[in-house]
Amino acid sequence: MANLAIIEAINLALHSEMARDPDVVVLGEDIGRNGGVFRATLGLLDTFGPERVIDTPLAETLVAAMSIGLSTQGIRPVAEVQFSGFLYPCVDQVVNHATRLRNRTRGRMSCPLVIRSPNWGGIHAPEHHSEALETTFAHMPGLRVVCPSNPARAYGLLLAAIRDPDPVIFLEPTRCYRLFKAPVEDNGAALPLDTAFVEREGGDITLVSWGATMHETRLAADALAEQGIAAEVIDVATLKPLDMDTILESVAKTGRCVIVQEAPRAGGWASEIAANIAEHGLLSLFAPVMRASGYDTIMPLARSEKVYIPDVARILREVRKVFEIAPKN
Amino acid sequence: MDPTPATTRIAQFDVCYTQFLDPQGRARGELPGFAADADEMRDMYRWLALTRAFDKKAVALQRTGRLGTYAACLGQEAIGVAIGKALRPEDIFMPAYREYAAQFLRGVPMQNILLYWGGDERGMAYPEGTPAHHDFPLSVPIGTHVPQAVGVAYAVRLRKQPRVVLASCGDGATSKGDFAEAVSSAKLWNLPLVFLVNNNQWAISVPRERQTGAQTLAQKAFAGGLPGEQVDGNDMIAVRHVLERAVERARAGGGPSLVEAITYRLHDHTTADDARRYRSEDEVKAAWERCPIKRLKAWLEGRSWWTDADEERLQAEGAARAEAAAQAFLTTPPEPPQAIFDHLYERLPSQFEWQREEVKSAGPKGDC
Repeated sequence: MANLAIIEAINLALHSEMARDPDVVVLGEDIGRNGGVFRATLGLLDTFGPERVIDTPLAETLVAAMSIGLSTQGIRPVAEVQFSGFLYPCVDQVVNHATRLRNRTRGRMSCPLVIRSPNWGGIHAPEHHSEALETTFAHMPGLRVVCPSNPARAYGLLLAAIRDPDPVIFLEPTRCYRLFKAPVEDNGAALPLDTAFVEREGGDITLVSWGATMHETRLAADALAEQGIAAEVIDVATLKPLDMDTILESVAKTGRCVIVQEAPRAGGWASEIAANIAEHGLLSLFAPVMRASGYDTIMPLARSEKVYIPDVARILREVRKVFEIAPKN
Repeated sequence: MDPTPATTRIAQFDVCYTQFLDPQGRARGELPGFAADADEMRDMYRWLALTRAFDKKAVALQRTGRLGTYAACLGQEAIGVAIGKALRPEDIFMPAYREYAAQFLRGVPMQNILLYWGGDERGMAYPEGTPAHHDFPLSVPIGTHVPQAVGVAYAVRLRKQPRVVLASCGDGATSKGDFAEAVSSAKLWNLPLVFLVNNNQWAISVPRERQTGAQTLAQKAFAGGLPGEQVDGNDMIAVRHVLERAVERARAGGGPSLVEAITYRLHDHTTADDARRYRSEDEVKAAWERCPIKRLKAWLEGRSWWTDADEERLQAEGAARAEAAAQAFLTTPPEPPQAIFDHLYERLPSQFEWQREEVKSAGPKGDC
C-alpha cells in the first residue's frame, strides 16, 4: 500500500479506471501533454493515447457540452476544469442538460459524466482561482456533488463517481492536494456516493465539514482534545445526496454541533445541514447548531484570503459558544 | 486590403448559395439524381403537407386551450423533410425545436410532439425500434445542444462507426458562444458532424440583420476551418441535395461542415408571441410567395406527377393523421405524480424516497 498525496490518489484512480474500463476518457484544458495544471492527469496521455486523453481547446462550455455528448453514447468522460471559478460557463450545460436528460427522455438517455475541479482557496492563486462552488451544484436536482478530503477517499470516491450512471461534480481540495500523504490501496474498490464518514469518534460535540476545511476541522478537534473535549468529526464527502442519518446519529450522541464550510455563509450547505438537524434532531440538541463559515463577501485576493477562510480559531470560537450555552457536565 | 510588398494573401473564402427551383417551381439547371424519382419526390411533398397539417392542428389545439405554448414550423417544413431524407437511420439527429418533419421521418409519433408542448416529458421518450430512439430530444435553451454534438460525434469517431451527427439550430443561436465553441472545435478531430443553421430570419422579434454584422451565417464556418454554404431552405430539392452532400462528406471522412438554410418563419415565434408587433404584413405576404410546399407542388404539377385528386387524398390524410395525433394526446392520462422522481437518477437515492412517498400518497394534482 503506497503513501500518497490527494493529487497522487486522484491520478492513481484515473490510471486504474482507464485501464479497467476502455470506455473511460479524460478531457480538459492542458490535461494531455502537460498532465493537468496540478498534474492530476500525469502519464495518462502516454499510457492511453490522445484519443482517450483529449486536450480540448480553451472553451469550458465545450468541455462540459462534449462530456454530455460523449456520455450519451456510453462513453464515460471525466472532464477537468482547471479551477472551480471557471466552472461557471459549465453551469448552463450541467443544469439545463446533464442533470435533466434522463428525466426529460423518461430514461431513454442519460449522462454518466464526471466534472472534476480544484475548489476552495488557500494557495495564494490569482483572482478567480479560489472559489467555493459546491453549493451552486448541490442545489441542483439530478446531480451528485462529491468533495473528497483525504487520499483514500479521493481514490475511492473518484472511482465511484466515474462508475456512477448519473452526472457527478467532483470538487477537490486544492490546498490539500499535497498537504499530507496517507496509505491508499490500489484495489479498484469504490466508496459509496451517498455516505458521510465518521473519521474520528467523540462524545462531546459533532464537527461536520467537507473538502478543504476538513483539514482545519481536524486541527480544531486536536485542539479540543487537548482541552479534554472529545469531538466527533464527520466528513460529509458527498453533499448531494446528503447523508443526514450519519450526522443525526452523531448529534443524538453529542447534543452539540458545529458545521464548518468555506463557502459564503448565506444559503450554504451548512445551512441545509443545520435545517435538517433542526427538523429531525432538535430535541437531542443542548445548544443551537453553529456555523463556522466563509463570509458573505467576494473571495478576496491572495493577500487577504486568510481573512476569509475559516481557520481553527474561527471553528474553536463557534465551539466555545456552544459550550457556553451547554457546558460539558 | 490592397496588396503591398509586405502583405501576402494567405486565405480566401467564398460563400455559395444553391437553389434548384425558383419560387414559381421552375427548375434552374440540372437537378440532382433523386429528382428523377417520381415516387421519392411525391413522398417528400407528402411529408411537407403532413407536417403542415400537424402544425395547423397544434396551433388550433393551443388556441382552443388544449395545448400549451407551441412553436410552429409554418413555412420551414422543407428543412425538416430534407434532414429526415439526408440522414440514415443509424445517424444521430440533435434538433432545435422546429424540425418536426425530420422527427416524424425518423419515427417520432406526432402525438409525442403534442405531449411535449402539452407539458408531458413522455413526449421526449421516442419509441424503441425507430431511428429517433437514439436521437436527442427538442432543445429549448438556444444553441446549447450544438457543442454537445461535438461530443456525440467524437464518440462516433472513437468507436469508428460510420455514423453522422446532425445538429440544427436557428439564426439566433449563431450569436451564442455555445455555437462558436462548437464550430471552432469540430474540425480539430475531423468529426462526422453537420451543423445546420435554420435561418428563418427572426429570433422572436430580432431580425437576422440585428444578430450579426456578418453578411452570411454560413461564413461562421470558415472561422473553424469548415466548409460553409448557403442553400434555399424553401427549395425542397436544393436543401435535400446540399444536406445529403454534407452528410455523405462527413460519413466518408471529409469532416464537419455547416449549412445555412434560408427560410422564413411565417408564424409567430410561438403561440405566445404576436409578430405583428415587430414586422410588417407586407414582409410576411411576400414570404408566403416563397412557400416551400407551393413551390414543390408547382414543380410536381409541371411534370404531371401530381393531380388534384392526389392533393385531395393527401389533404384528407393530413387532416386525419393530425386529428388522430390530437386524440391520442388528449386521451393520454397524466403520469402518476411520483413519476417526477422516477427518472431523476438511475436509482433514486434513499434520501429522496420520503419526498416520492409524500407525492405518491397526496395523489394526482395534474390539470391535464
